[in-house]
Amino acid sequence: MISLQKVSKKYGKLNVLSEVTLDLKAGHCYALLGPNGSGKTTLIKSILGMAIPDSGEVKVANQNIAGQYQYRKWIGYMPQIGQYPGGLRMAQLFDMMKSLRMDVKNTDEELIESLGLRPLMDKRMYSLSGGTRQKVSAALAFLFNPTILILDEPTAGLDPLAVQILKEKLLREKAAGKLFLITSHILSDLDDLVTDTIYLFEGVVRYHSSIVDLKTETGEASFAKAIASLIRTQDLQIKELIG
Amino acid sequence: MIQILKYVLRDVLRARFVLFYTLFLLLSTSLLLQLDSDPDKAVMSLLNIVLLVVPLVSIIFTTIHYFNSYEFILLLMAQPIDRRSVFLSQYLGVALSLCAAFAVGVGVPALLFGVASKMGLMILVGMASTIVFVSLAFLSTSFTRDKAKGIGIALLFWFYFSLIYDGILLWVVYSFSDYPMETATLVLSSLNPIDLARITMLLSLDASALMGYTGAFFKNFFGSGLGISFTAAMMLMWMFWPVQVSLRRFKKNDL
Repeated sequence: MISLQKVSKKYGKLNVLSEVTLDLKAGHCYALLGPNGSGKTTLIKSILGMAIPDSGEVKVANQNIAGQYQYRKWIGYMPQIGQYPGGLRMAQLFDMMKSLRMDVKNTDEELIESLGLRPLMDKRMYSLSGGTRQKVSAALAFLFNPTILILDEPTAGLDPLAVQILKEKLLREKAAGKLFLITSHILSDLDDLVTDTIYLFEGVVRYHSSIVDLKTETGEASFAKAIASLIRTQDLQIKELIG
Repeated sequence: MIQILKYVLRDVLRARFVLFYTLFLLLSTSLLLQLDSDPDKAVMSLLNIVLLVVPLVSIIFTTIHYFNSYEFILLLMAQPIDRRSVFLSQYLGVALSLCAAFAVGVGVPALLFGVASKMGLMILVGMASTIVFVSLAFLSTSFTRDKAKGIGIALLFWFYFSLIYDGILLWVVYSFSDYPMETATLVLSSLNPIDLARITMLLSLDASALMGYTGAFFKNFFGSGLGISFTAAMMLMWMFWPVQVSLRRFKKNDL
């Protein structure tokens, strides 16, 4: 579904992505992991065409996305921090998004109901709390039945009930054969969802395998512990390098 | 794109600034026409306001509006919408509302006082400078993602075209006063949209008689068919190249 070929991106002198090559397939759920500033959001933005790679190519459904925009109709994106025009009411925001996507007849409004956004529809966006804004982002990501879902820290700032609702939704959509790319620091949230992990460190993909492989390799039973042990070994290697 | 333009227009109008701007123009135009029985003089006084205030308001409002719409732009960029439509609807939304504000603010009093024929060119020139400075504002936003810096660059543009440039021009003319400078002055003034607007208006008011030999020379050129098309072409260039450049940059920039 999504393939990246030697994608590199620099901000000034900083190598945010260096020759990242990935192949993401439908029906899989990829956890994009890595410490802060390792290039996760830049990777996501270059798939969405918001950040433009210095070299390499990104393909979505076998189509090079450079200069393209139509491919984004397959993607639902939940940003790390949802920024919305403050003056709009929530209902106006949803109406606006729908009016921009006349091609989609059946919108998926399940999350609007289950996350309890319906009673807040006449609130203005600036008056919403961070968590509620995050719920709006989640509902918008699923609104147009996308086949690819890119979620940047979807559970940050959500209350445990909302996390559970979102997770159940994710599991259902995964069963429907959609492709997920999720970043999260709260590893326990992803435990029974993720099929593959991508470990990004200083712009380089260090690890990419199925979650079963990861657990056996690190000898840990849970996903969270496996990742933590991965980060620890990475740290150890760096400390050895620095001496 | 029409859809997006609709939302941009709604956003601009909700800001109420455009309303105050219209009221300000309405009030000052009516006052000037009221105070001066000679409409020519009123137009002259109005010209000074227009050449100072219109560029300033256009460039600052546009820059602030662009940075305030950044969230909206980000929201659209995750949808199957191309950057060109997003950019052009932002541009058209602001340019159309500011032009409408100017046309109403100056045009309505002109109609009421029955001097519409004298004011026709003024309205045209005012709308042209509005568009030029909206374009320059978009150019200044394409250099930075920081709001304060963006407004700084926009202010610099305004200072340059309304004050600094004329200073340089005067200095050049003064230093080379031993040489025939008519053609050079003509070329140099056409490189500043505010000067172009000023010359066009002054010549239409027959105020060129006050400017001596240079005035006569200017009148000779700018009054001719060639001169008018030259002025129009230069103004159009001032409207389009900054947008062109900033659109190209907007397509390539990271959001």
